[in-house]
Amino acid sequence: MKISEHWLKEWVNPACTREQLCERMTLSGLEIESITPVAEKFSNVIVGKILNVEKHPEAERLSLCDVEVGKEKILKIVCGATNVKAGMKVPTAIAGAHLPNDLKIAETVIRNITSQGMLCSASELGLTDKSEGLIELPKDAVIGESIWDYLKLSDYVWDVSITPNRGDCLSVMGLAKDISALTETKLISPEIKSVKEKIKDTFPVSIESPEDCPRYVGRIIRNIKADADTPMWMRERLRRAGVRVISPVVDVTNYVLLELGQPMHAFDLDKLNKKIIVRKAKQNEKLELLDGQTVELTSDTLLIADQEKPLAIAGAMGGLESSVTLLTQNIFLEIAYFKPESIARAVRRFKLTSEGCYRFERGVDPELQKIAMDRATELLLQITGGEAGPVIEVSEKKYLPQPKEILLRKSRIHQILKMLISDEKIELIFKNLELDCKKNSEGWRVIVPPRRFDLSLEIDLIEEIFRVYGAEHLPTHNFVAPFKINPQTEKKVSQSAVCDTLCHLGYQEVITYSFVNKKIQALLNPSVTAKELLNPITAEMDVMRTNLWPGFINTLLFNQNRQQNRIRVFEIGLRFTPDNKQEKMLAGLISGEVLAEQWSVPKREVDFFDMKGDLQNLFLLTHAENEFTFKRAEHPALHPGQTAEIFRGDQCIGILGALHPHVLQTLQIIGKVFVFELALDLFAKASVPASAEISKFPEVRRDLALIVAQTISAEEIEKTITDVAKELLKEIFVFDVYQGKGIPDGHKSIALALTLQHSSRTLIDQEVVELLDRVVVTLKGKFNAQLRG
Amino acid sequence: MTNLDELVRQASTSISHAEDLKTLDDYRILYLGKKGQLTESLKSLGQLPPEERPLFGQKVNQAKKILEDLIESRTALLQQAQINQKLSSESIDITLSGRRKELGSLHPVTKTRERIETIFSQMGFITLDGPEIEDDYHNFEALNIPALHPARAMQDTFYFPDNLLLRTHMSPVQIRTMENSKPPIRIIAMGRTYRRDFDLTHTPMFHQIEGLMVDENVSMADLKGILTHFLHTFFETDLPIRFRASYFPFTEPSAEVDVKCIQCAGKGCRICKNTGWLEVLGSGMVHPNVFKFVGIDSERYTGWAFGAGLDRLAMLRYGISDLRSLFENDLRFLRQF
Repeated sequence: MKISEHWLKEWVNPACTREQLCERMTLSGLEIESITPVAEKFSNVIVGKILNVEKHPEAERLSLCDVEVGKEKILKIVCGATNVKAGMKVPTAIAGAHLPNDLKIAETVIRNITSQGMLCSASELGLTDKSEGLIELPKDAVIGESIWDYLKLSDYVWDVSITPNRGDCLSVMGLAKDISALTETKLISPEIKSVKEKIKDTFPVSIESPEDCPRYVGRIIRNIKADADTPMWMRERLRRAGVRVISPVVDVTNYVLLELGQPMHAFDLDKLNKKIIVRKAKQNEKLELLDGQTVELTSDTLLIADQEKPLAIAGAMGGLESSVTLLTQNIFLEIAYFKPESIARAVRRFKLTSEGCYRFERGVDPELQKIAMDRATELLLQITGGEAGPVIEVSEKKYLPQPKEILLRKSRIHQILKMLISDEKIELIFKNLELDCKKNSEGWRVIVPPRRFDLSLEIDLIEEIFRVYGAEHLPTHNFVAPFKINPQTEKKVSQSAVCDTLCHLGYQEVITYSFVNKKIQALLNPSVTAKELLNPITAEMDVMRTNLWPGFINTLLFNQNRQQNRIRVFEIGLRFTPDNKQEKMLAGLISGEVLAEQWSVPKREVDFFDMKGDLQNLFLLTHAENEFTFKRAEHPALHPGQTAEIFRGDQCIGILGALHPHVLQTLQIIGKVFVFELALDLFAKASVPASAEISKFPEVRRDLALIVAQTISAEEIEKTITDVAKELLKEIFVFDVYQGKGIPDGHKSIALALTLQHSSRTLIDQEVVELLDRVVVTLKGKFNAQLRG
Repeated sequence: MTNLDELVRQASTSISHAEDLKTLDDYRILYLGKKGQLTESLKSLGQLPPEERPLFGQKVNQAKKILEDLIESRTALLQQAQINQKLSSESIDITLSGRRKELGSLHPVTKTRERIETIFSQMGFITLDGPEIEDDYHNFEALNIPALHPARAMQDTFYFPDNLLLRTHMSPVQIRTMENSKPPIRIIAMGRTYRRDFDLTHTPMFHQIEGLMVDENVSMADLKGILTHFLHTFFETDLPIRFRASYFPFTEPSAEVDVKCIQCAGKGCRICKNTGWLEVLGSGMVHPNVFKFVGIDSERYTGWAFGAGLDRLAMLRYGISDLRSLFENDLRFLRQF
């Protein structure tokens, strides 16, 4: 909330510097966002009266004015403003004036005519960023008086950030009360006189929904001058609070709202039909609001209506038809207490924002309505004239918030805060906060006035003590607890070990958004329907990802567009499925060269086996790498010949493969791209390494080069050999695969290295030869494998 | 006699001019071999009168020794030259880059997360996470934020048609933990959180850390103790810490925690918006209503909780000026960490 320092000081004036008060408020929960001077310093600008206006003989858009600035002191000033007219009082910068933006005013010649000063607009005086025309000063402004003093510009605007629990601080009075308690300074409450009725006119009010509106105060004021001028002092205070000046009636309601925190609404009396009814809307009733939108009401919306039609959404926004205009003669002023929830409901439903509903939602003092009515009437009569009728009040006490009684234990204060505060100090704090307290054996019985919606529990009072006594006095304490060691398992690969290993394998960790573009997600995982957001922030982020690849695509394109073509990234994060499963996945993408380009290694683009090898290395972390297998598979986003599902035992835990060429084409991606995705928790189950004896006897290596049909997989061959050789086979790997010249069509040569070893003796030649013979015979029988010559 | 001297002189010249080991060996054979010239001259010994034989024999042996020594030293010389030549031909430009396999690195947010996890684990805290798609109860209701509470407007929430939502903070993890375990509780929760906000200083997805401690006699002063330890350890400097009263629906009393600006040490700069302080944490004592929702006796137990932006901590720690760069994944940016 923005508020003028002068205004605030009329209510409370603590004996401390601006900086000290700012710090005190900030530490106590009334955070000061900024303190800004209301105007940049200027000098030699005074009240002038335009006596006469003529056209400039040589410039169509300029006027020539005689401006009276003092007794028999008349200046000739050339002016370009369109609203210039004789009789107007305006801020006049005389020669020697120094304006904001370092503008210096001297006598100058404008198109052959001497101008002895400048008539000023609000922006030229640095009061607003933009302004239309000259500032028109009230008629009672004294000619020759300094504008700086006249507008009281040695003022500051305090921007106070008020937390949602402190609705009571959303006014000058409310803030002043809190400042008074914080600084132990007396509150200066200006006297508000009750205005006696001059006429007898009343208007019937009936409340059909008293639990939503327990108090309604109204008053008729007749014969107002709705087009009167809002006085400068009020305009300035409103402006400093960031509130637009509209018309005297609206300005007064806004002023009282800022001063006392009570929102109110003025209706054009002549547009009301017979009576005011506070009621719930009928389903589908319509109302055109002040802001121009027409809303269709729902049966839980609280309305102010008359006999025939809705007039306003209670507490939130008035209707256009019954609003006060410059032609209005008679008004009906409404000041009510609405239950916060009733207002909040409408505010949410119709997405309304107004100074009024902001306060009603947070709680307005239920005892304030008649005081505010007096204040508003007083101001209105002052400005617009007119005759006020008697105050009409309808209320239902049982629905009005009542003072609360809270028991506060001394022991609890100490338990929560560990602060040592004397009883006297605590009692003083409560007194300054206008909370009555009575001491008892355990602590105090505290009575809280209904305006403090935030105080209803013992802990609320402890918070009051904490913040008013001073958060800065909170001691620093070291909690002492028994030693306890949290579990440290080796049966699961830690996420940080996974990340570190991938980093060592050259992968860069990325974090991509969990919501992605629906079309890209569909392209990358068409078989799963993505969960859609009701209110996405952009169309690029409208569904929850069903796998981690869409984020990678953005990363890939972002970097390819910046000449970064060698890309190796991984991410750990959730994927979301329509049945609300949220599974933690580990995914990666590689593209571009295997290694960063360098002088001694030939360039080579990544392929399937680069990524597979990285995964095989990763699986070593589980100490159960034998449990992992790769099975040829298909996936709509992946290349049909270069895709494998990753199994752990019988369970599919992930997939890897090349992005399908049509996907690459659609997404305009350059080069080949390989991706993988694994269910992290299924992968991360680990075995504790169990050491086995290492044989001391010599190893024998034998190589086998076979010619087999192209469709026979390396895995099948290795498995067959392992089955035959059994425990003598320590290691087997393929060291060459060849197709082409010398090999029949549809066939390939595959060369395997077998390492044989006996655990308790040296192998003899004879048994090695026999074993290999058996292997060859079996391979021949099973795959029609031929030894390569 | 003259012949022998002549032979030695001739041989010496040849040997010392031999340019390689092969030539040298040829000379050895020529002079000292089985059929070599010196060997042959020894054969002529028999033709000499017996009294001259010992002297001649002695001379031949002397000559042989001279040549052998010469050959040996020449061999050593040539071998050395050969090694030198080999070494010089094998010399490399050691300033060329090594054959590197580039390493990847962790995202700065992950680095920060791991660092915070380590700090808190030393104080006996365990790290937990929970679902990111949450229900209203765990994200709001149980945190003392009923449906029409004005604090809901503080957090613009992403919703799904089935009334579920994306968690707006890590607090649902606290609720789930308190529902499922008994005090003493010491946890931190770090993860992705979401709010409908996208501008210079907000991304619709961001990361938060929250901590929770519930035990008998836990006080606000203990909270200040732990957070002071944490911030001093995290920033590796004992900066002043300031507690400011504030409001959160789920804690009471609540406090914002500021540290003296790490950039300007309180003098005022762009990072601290000239206030000299950086707001880094929100915190407070767990609200009794929250304890009521999760079934913990608030008379017996008290607790504190805190929350902070993980991204903000990472930015302050590593001098990152633009929040959005954390989710752009520019590899050139990420490689710095």
